[in-house]
Amino acid sequence: MESLSGRKKVLEQKPMNFWERMYLPAIFKGMAITFSHMFKKKETIHYPEQQREFSENWRGMHSLKRDEHGRERCTACGLCALSCPAEAITMISAERAKGEEHLYREEKYAAVYEINMLRCIFCGLCEEACPKEAIYLDGPIVPSDYLRKDFIYGKDKLVEKPLKEIEAEKAMSR
Amino acid sequence: MSLFYVVAFLSIIFALLVIFTKNPVHSVLYLIATFFTFTIHYIILNAQFLAVVNFIVYMGAIMVLFLFVLMLMNLNTDTEPMKSTLLKVVGAIAGGCLLVTLIGSMKTLSTASTTAMDNTGIGLVENLGKVLFSDFLLPFELSSILLLAAMVGAVLLAKKENKTA
Amino acid sequence: MELEFLIEKTALVLVLFVLTLTIAAYSTWAERKVAAWLQDRVGPNRAGPFGLLQPLADGGKMFFKEEIIPSGANKYLFIAGPSLALLVSFLGTAVIPFGQNIEIFGRVVPLQVTDINVGILYIFGVVSLGVYGIMIGGWASNNKYSLMGAIRGASQNISYEIAMGLSIIALLMVTNTLSFKEIAAQQHGWHWNVLYQPLGFLIFLICAFAETNRVPFDLPECETELIGGYQTEYSAFKMGAYMFAEYINMFVSSVVMAVLYFGGYNYPGMDAVNQALGPTWGPLIGVGVMFFKIIAFIFFFMWVRWTVPRFRYDQLMDLGWKVLIPLAIANIVITAIVIVGFDLFNKL
Repeated sequence: MESLSGRKKVLEQKPMNFWERMYLPAIFKGMAITFSHMFKKKETIHYPEQQREFSENWRGMHSLKRDEHGRERCTACGLCALSCPAEAITMISAERAKGEEHLYREEKYAAVYEINMLRCIFCGLCEEACPKEAIYLDGPIVPSDYLRKDFIYGKDKLVEKPLKEIEAEKAMSR
Repeated sequence: MSLFYVVAFLSIIFALLVIFTKNPVHSVLYLIATFFTFTIHYIILNAQFLAVVNFIVYMGAIMVLFLFVLMLMNLNTDTEPMKSTLLKVVGAIAGGCLLVTLIGSMKTLSTASTTAMDNTGIGLVENLGKVLFSDFLLPFELSSILLLAAMVGAVLLAKKENKTA
Repeated sequence: MELEFLIEKTALVLVLFVLTLTIAAYSTWAERKVAAWLQDRVGPNRAGPFGLLQPLADGGKMFFKEEIIPSGANKYLFIAGPSLALLVSFLGTAVIPFGQNIEIFGRVVPLQVTDINVGILYIFGVVSLGVYGIMIGGWASNNKYSLMGAIRGASQNISYEIAMGLSIIALLMVTNTLSFKEIAAQQHGWHWNVLYQPLGFLIFLICAFAETNRVPFDLPECETELIGGYQTEYSAFKMGAYMFAEYINMFVSSVVMAVLYFGGYNYPGMDAVNQALGPTWGPLIGVGVMFFKIIAFIFFFMWVRWTVPRFRYDQLMDLGWKVLIPLAIANIVITAIVIVGFDLFNKL
């Protein structure tokens, strides 16, 4: 067939000469190549001990954020649950009582907030739907577990630690 | 001597099982066991070379081919061809002839005096090779030509099939 | 039979048995390590230091998995297959001399279980029996893939046995004996047979790969075509037995190659070492050298496995019948001409 683009290259296949037909030189060459790989740098990252740096747009485990005073930002509006294509998020809202102003920023808050990590597809739509900038997928890889029920993460695992604790931890590590 | 009786008993048992089992593959496996007992017989007779050759050629090659063919054909009771009464009669006559021949040859054997083996190393490779290439040179070479002819015939048969296809 | 003789042989057999098992077990570890190294990875490193307890973990896993016997399978033969494969693979080491005679407690002990007159033929016979394990197991599974694997195994073994035998014949013309002990002793110092029989060694090596069903000749278990070949239906320890048999076969063929072609326990300068260290430690060094060669061969087996792709079935048969057998016969003729030529030259 005539080539329309004019860039077609006809590959010329020569009959193999004697040494090529013996295959042995080619095999030895291949073996030399694989042998040289024994001394190359290993590419393995020993996962739990060493971790690869995540890229900037990495989406990992969710975290529920706090504001600058350490109050939970979430107001339990339910937009994240609505936007979730995998139906992974459920929540029960509650009204903020007197004396809880230092805990919750808005008058309404999520008393229960659960994400089923087996359903979650880490698309990040909850993050985009949130009007209060309360949820971000900025955590690490969700760890494995044995039971299905252990993959339903509640507020105990999702909510960011209070600022004081984080600072205390930082001071400790220093 | 007791070892001989045990092994001889085993070889007869296995040989009977070859005939009496229904499944052809089992039959071949029993035949392999029979050959194995023959190997032990050769070792008892201090014929090491013969023992090992029996081991390699019969157990290691010919029986593997038997098994190979049986597995390829995948014989079972459904595919077994019908045996006509004529075939049975012919078989019985042939078997009877073989029996008569064997008995006849046994009779002449018993009259011959048993010669004691002076040289216990007669079954070893060096001696066997020397005998084969001096006293029995002609039969040896003739049999090799026979084998060569069989080989050429096999190649020819295979080639012919290729051309028609 | 004296008691010392009995103790000596029993001890040797036990040591060999345990050694074979250990080497086979650690071959599985080494296989994964070598594969990893050749692919810029690390390999098993979680079970114990450097993953050295990995064989134990694998063995434990094999032991406790569920044994499945397919309902259509022939039960007795299904069990007999792997048992036979494992049993036959152990037989080979009986005639191998692992070292010179060694003096222990004032007694001279040969490091060989038995020196039979037809040692090489014995090994050859045992190797040819190895295929029964595959055939019986494959047939008894009552599975088309298993049967295909079994049939491939049989035809491959028979085809390559011929070339292997012919390459050995050329070697025998050089050594003039079938006994492993004498062959090993003849290669004293650096007179290794590989120097006299390079082509024969190459043919033997290729056939050894085919006989042990290792890549590039692992057609009987070829995953891409036959799922698992003859071991498709096998699980738990029966499958482990097949795997173990493969590694033991690899060990045995490494041993045979080391003794037949690479001098066994011989190394250049062994006389001086033997004189310096005495009749106990000198031969032990030889044993060490022997095992170094064996391990090098095992490494070579693995190295090839992770380099060379699998043959196609017709290529395998072509190589066996149209290349290796004529080459082996040519090797016999050349060897004969050279030997006769040297004789004539010496007479002149």
